[in-house]
Amino acid sequence: MEYFNNYKRLYLTALGLFVSLTFMVAILPALTNQKNNGLLPGYELPSEDEIAGKALYISNGCMACHTQQVRNVAMDEKWGSRPGLPADYAGMHRQDFWRNTATLMGTERTGPDLTDIGNRQPSSDWQLLHLYQPRAVVKESIMPAYSWLFTEKTKPERGDTEVQVPDEFKNRVTGKIIATKEALQLVAYLKSLRQIKIYDNTVNVDFLYKKNGKLTKGSGGMDKGKALYATNCQSCHQSNGEGLKGAFPPLKGSPIVMNDNPELYITIIMKGYDAREEYGAMPAVGNNANLTAEQVTDIIAHERSSWGNKARKIPVTEVQKIMDFIKAGK
Amino acid sequence: MLNLNHLPSVIIAVAEAPTSLFAAPGIVITIILLFIPMLVLTALMLLKTKKLFTKLRNLPHKEVSDNFIKVDNALLSHVSQQPNVHFIASKRKAEVRPYTDPELTTLILWFICSATIWLVFGTTIGEYLGIKFVSPDIDHYSWLSFGRIRPVHTNAVFWGWSSLAMLGVGYYVVPRVSNIEITSLKAGWWSLWLINSAVLIGSILLMAGVNNGSGEFREYIWPVQLLFAIGLLITLFNFLGTVAQRKTREIYVSNWYIISAVMFAIVLTIVGYIPTWQNGLGETIIQGYYMHQGVGMWFMLFCLGLIYYFLPQQLNRPIYSYSLGVLAFWAQIFFYTLIGTHHFVFSAIPWSLQTVAIIGSVGMVIPVISGTTNFLMTFKGAWNKVSNSYTLPFFIVGILFYFTGSMQGTAEAFRYTNLMWHFTDFTVAHSHLTMYGIIAFILWGCIYALVPRLTRVEPPQSTVGLHFWAAFIGLLIYSIPLMIGGTLRGYMWMGAKPFIDSVVMMAPYWLWRAIGGTMMWISHLVFAFNLYKMIVNRKLEDTAVQSPDFHTH
Repeated sequence: MEYFNNYKRLYLTALGLFVSLTFMVAILPALTNQKNNGLLPGYELPSEDEIAGKALYISNGCMACHTQQVRNVAMDEKWGSRPGLPADYAGMHRQDFWRNTATLMGTERTGPDLTDIGNRQPSSDWQLLHLYQPRAVVKESIMPAYSWLFTEKTKPERGDTEVQVPDEFKNRVTGKIIATKEALQLVAYLKSLRQIKIYDNTVNVDFLYKKNGKLTKGSGGMDKGKALYATNCQSCHQSNGEGLKGAFPPLKGSPIVMNDNPELYITIIMKGYDAREEYGAMPAVGNNANLTAEQVTDIIAHERSSWGNKARKIPVTEVQKIMDFIKAGK
Repeated sequence: MLNLNHLPSVIIAVAEAPTSLFAAPGIVITIILLFIPMLVLTALMLLKTKKLFTKLRNLPHKEVSDNFIKVDNALLSHVSQQPNVHFIASKRKAEVRPYTDPELTTLILWFICSATIWLVFGTTIGEYLGIKFVSPDIDHYSWLSFGRIRPVHTNAVFWGWSSLAMLGVGYYVVPRVSNIEITSLKAGWWSLWLINSAVLIGSILLMAGVNNGSGEFREYIWPVQLLFAIGLLITLFNFLGTVAQRKTREIYVSNWYIISAVMFAIVLTIVGYIPTWQNGLGETIIQGYYMHQGVGMWFMLFCLGLIYYFLPQQLNRPIYSYSLGVLAFWAQIFFYTLIGTHHFVFSAIPWSLQTVAIIGSVGMVIPVISGTTNFLMTFKGAWNKVSNSYTLPFFIVGILFYFTGSMQGTAEAFRYTNLMWHFTDFTVAHSHLTMYGIIAFILWGCIYALVPRLTRVEPPQSTVGLHFWAAFIGLLIYSIPLMIGGTLRGYMWMGAKPFIDSVVMMAPYWLWRAIGGTMMWISHLVFAFNLYKMIVNRKLEDTAVQSPDFHTH
């Protein structure tokens, strides 16, 4: 130990070891990564509102509960169509003089991943109502309510975005609830979060730990249908199938759901729907989530037999046929 | 490599225990590790109860009259004139202190007091966060919203409580083991104010919505963290100057750890805040490094240095093996630096880097086992001192969690366990077992050992006991339900259950977390009270022990 009785020698050795390891595991990999990754084809520059929305996302600490990374493991399949790549983050640079780059990958998933939320839930109506009071759309949610991003007006002006809030969540507000510029910017940012599709097979981007066989053990189609409904449909149409007045239509007693010919019904599930003024637009849920014919069969079996709905069971072959037809038709 | 196909495809109900879950090595390791603190807790409690009963049974039948007591000051040190049942065993008093410059004492007390204020502030926020999991609509103010105050909590306990408390105790240890006075008291004061203002400004900015945008512990914007770094730099030169002038030939191992920790903390702040290598994924790679080095190279390294001073001092015997301490020092630097990226396993970060991080995590077995062995062997033959001391239980818990928490970190880094636990509250439980179980307990041990020596006032023993038990039991109630819930949640995700079902499932575990958190929070108020008691009637200028030649440690 004689050697280290010289304090300069001791501390310089320790510092040298630490700094050189730092270079090897942090600085060099970081530099290599930012040098070797370019933007993916299809990358769009964010608009001003989207940039402002991202700043709001950061200043309100949304990344404390929401990740933005699809890992290459099967359980992440529902958050995006492919695992994330370094190139997905290549467009991110330092925010401004004061603030660092924010990839917002996150380390906690108390709430859902948001990598692809722009595809998964593109409805502004839903996003605004959810921000105002998450429990109005997802009863069990524990997300904070961002009601301070909204104002109250007795008479909305031209260009104001009014949010239809169910009465029990209005919380002593008597007038109309109007989204502020900030709320709209935040929603613009959320809607811009869309995973870029990769069409060629040049990059190997598959999920690990994939499962063979069925998703659920020993359960009939009903449970599967219920689970799929909860994942894909419930946040708008609600678990009781009644939807939300003024925002999302009920499926309970819906003639489209119970129609003997399920063509329109399946088309809406796959490609979305925006034909009715009084309700928000429905995204292309089926296509976005890459639902298979089996999964669609399970979902519609659940919807056609719950909440008092009664209609004939549609076999998977029929669903497959309609889905093939929809695909060919586009 | 583990394969998911060996698992039952999905867990339908929580009650249906999967047989192969317990076949995964990471999980087996964790379960065994969790049993250790539980066993120690039970053993300590049994011991306490037995002692109390023996005492009650052996009470004399007839009270002894005062007349019979001949007080002999030469032989009896503690004579009670009130014959009553002692529910609280009286512990050994702090030794008479060696001479300490009253001005240094004042500086140290300022460090420790401001640290305690940040502890109470930071954990009050933490407590409120825990409540928000159970009651999300408790308030709708932007300044108090969950996302804004979460980093206020984590940063306040990191940079406010732990850092300031460590530095305060460090200002005692570094000159003491060098057998000399601190180079500059003024520099110490600068350090104190800079770091305090960093935490104060940083907390206000975070609540106002000014956030750096990076991950954990990098939420303060650079001008704020710069104040912290300058504070550390000043302390570094102060400590180095002290060691350079030391009157011992060797540099005691405590100072290896402590001064290196300060150097490394400065390095990682620089690496974490320089923008050159932070575009795109670079930011995340640096984040993994920064966050984990903050924990391991700043807090852990510094606290290990403190143990190497206080443990032998409190046990009144030398450290078991000096060389083992040196081995652990180099092994810690070598392996710990590699492990940062294990927070981003399966992410877009290069696979090779992830693998290095996992290997480094396994390598951590070397410093952790050598450290733990060293500390436990120092206890050998002196275990009887534990029941007489109110500081040693804190060190025992700290050492216990040093082993458990660190090894749990290794188990968590395996790819399979990562698959299950990453993104769940398991990580939150782990960070509390370590930052709280290790760092906070060691710091409390140090403070209870040091402050009575400086002020010559003992804390009330009943409230020290209350602090210890509430913090220890609270921590277990906090973390064990979160680990169980986190495991179940990961399992639900792997089974492709609807996400919201996993939120509903967590509700009771979050409630338990709030209950355990409340106990921890109460224990901090008790600690603050104890500190107040030790300081309010302090006697800094004492004439009895004036020995400025520093021949004793």
